[in-house]
Amino acid sequence: MFKKITRRASKVAAIAAAGLLAMNVQAADPIRIGSFLSVTGPASFLGDPELKTLEMYVEKINKEGGVLGRQLELVHYDDAGNASKARNFASRLIRSDRVDIIVGGSTTGATMAAAPMVEQAGIPFISLAGAVVITDPVKKWVFKTPQTDRMAAERVLTDMKERGLTKVGLISGTGGFGSSGREQTLAAASAMGGIEIVADETYGGSDTDMTAQLTNIRGTDGVQTILNFGFGQGPAIVTRNYAQLGIELPFYQSHGVASDGFLELAGNSAEGLRLPASPLLVPESLPADDPQKPVVEAYKTEYEARWNSKVSTFGAYAYDGLMLAVEAIEKAGSTDKAAVRDALESIQGHVGVTGTFNMSPEDHNGLEAESFRILEVQDGGWKLIN
Amino acid sequence: MFSEFLQYLFTGITIGATYALIALGFTLIYNASHVINFAQGEFLMIGGMATVSLTAMGVPMLLAIVLAVVLAGVLGIALQRLAIAPAKNADVVTLIIITIGASIFIRGLAQLVWGKEYHVMPNFSSEEPIQIFGAVLNSQSLWVLGVGAVLVAVLVYFFTRTLTGKAILATSMNKDAARLVGIRTQVVLMLAFMVSALLGSVAGIVVAPITFTSYDIGIILGLKGFVAAAIGGLGSGMGAVVGGLALGVVEAMAAGYLSSDYKDAVAFSMILVVLFFMPRGLFGAKVVERV
Repeated sequence: MFKKITRRASKVAAIAAAGLLAMNVQAADPIRIGSFLSVTGPASFLGDPELKTLEMYVEKINKEGGVLGRQLELVHYDDAGNASKARNFASRLIRSDRVDIIVGGSTTGATMAAAPMVEQAGIPFISLAGAVVITDPVKKWVFKTPQTDRMAAERVLTDMKERGLTKVGLISGTGGFGSSGREQTLAAASAMGGIEIVADETYGGSDTDMTAQLTNIRGTDGVQTILNFGFGQGPAIVTRNYAQLGIELPFYQSHGVASDGFLELAGNSAEGLRLPASPLLVPESLPADDPQKPVVEAYKTEYEARWNSKVSTFGAYAYDGLMLAVEAIEKAGSTDKAAVRDALESIQGHVGVTGTFNMSPEDHNGLEAESFRILEVQDGGWKLIN
Repeated sequence: MFSEFLQYLFTGITIGATYALIALGFTLIYNASHVINFAQGEFLMIGGMATVSLTAMGVPMLLAIVLAVVLAGVLGIALQRLAIAPAKNADVVTLIIITIGASIFIRGLAQLVWGKEYHVMPNFSSEEPIQIFGAVLNSQSLWVLGVGAVLVAVLVYFFTRTLTGKAILATSMNKDAARLVGIRTQVVLMLAFMVSALLGSVAGIVVAPITFTSYDIGIILGLKGFVAAAIGGLGSGMGAVVGGLALGVVEAMAAGYLSSDYKDAVAFSMILVVLFFMPRGLFGAKVVERV
């Protein structure tokens, strides 16, 4: 009996408090930004810097007065790289947290699992994952910030053509990133014309030696250059085997290894190889008139000062996602979901860390292949080529 | 043409020597207890990671290696004392499952202590590869082969010439009889886990310059090492070496002459064929005769 009364009393109190709160903050109701990221688990190298970036910039924006005079509130879940968890969290964000916009989805799997719910609920969603399937075909409510692997392939092949290299030996990892990259490279080569993939080798994610595959490619008639599409330690082993075999052909890697960690693993063997990458790796060598220079430099300094660890390309995807969301909400003048979506779709010339975004109804990524910079490894560091 | 063949052969030997060295660790514990220690891969990881992190802290390479091996040995004893000994009356399958649990635990701990990044270890001798008839061989491969050969010789000597080695064999053949003749079987088991942890960590250190090292390297290499041990016949040191080399060479030849897509499929079909015709592996029969 007594228990019942207290329970009822607390219920009444809770309702009263909620009502009071609602009345009190009607004007400054926070804008709720939902996120599900792979902060732990195998994809934590993506989710960890992404969450840090979101936290730190939500904090910063709030300190500067928020958006539309309202504070931002980050509602975050960790999907641990698990697609079905991502789907559950997306549903929770939409149904029970009632967020205004979602910025998240570290992996393509997580993003694609959440996409149908987002479409159904009609809530703007900015994904931080790479694969081309996320925005091709275009989904009404889904946007994304990283370049696609197709663009990376196009960027590399263009650079090869400019150097007069038209016969390419391809070696790729059999993991998701490598095999998608391989398909996109083959597709890009046949779409571009004038460039030919003459060898096509693969290696497993746990392989410890790729000399056999490289020997095969070297023995292929007319091969002029070699491209490795892969992720993790595999490309570093390929690079070392490449040097050991003494192959003299120009060597390319994908954006999958564009990090200082790769340089450390590959050591001297990486000298002279080229890859497409975010300007974040070389902020100081960007020309002064590059519109991205101030954005990139600011992000790098702020991130490194706040977290005392090296900035990563993946965190930059979250930065761009958050800034695009903020710009869209400001443009829409409210958090009305349809209005924010329309505003997102019409964003033009938004200068981010990853590149300059020009969204359109046909393009929910908004980046050009040129937003990748071609870097070359020189004296153990990155050198901007173009 | 010949230089290509030679290159595939060298590649196979490099990979194979790695597998062989890992397979050796499995044989020892199997000999002592008929347990397949799936935490063997973690000893490998401990060896490599501890060496890398100690050198990064400024400890000279040689001292770092010694300390890493000692650390692995202590962990081996701890594994037997804390996880295996309390379940001493359980049957072999239960013990094997315990080792799987232990390996997950050790891996989690390593991830917390050392993080998730891959690390490099420099080659022991020159970084320059060796040129032979137009093919190249990583100088570290010779270290792996050499250390493997020494370890096999030591193991053979240990099991056939020393009292402790014979005690381990006796314990594996019949625990009760061994106890009756005065062998302290729990101590023998502890010894076996310690020695195999030492073996595993040495393997992990020698192969680290080729494979890199990270907290989860033990899963992959441990599994391949187990496969090599199974091909060679569990319990036979010679078998572990031959099984490892055969697995490596078949993988490399398949990648070179067939297609890199099928190399693992070819390697695993080889296991099926070998185990189909020789269920105890290439060198397993001898153990049966001895029993």
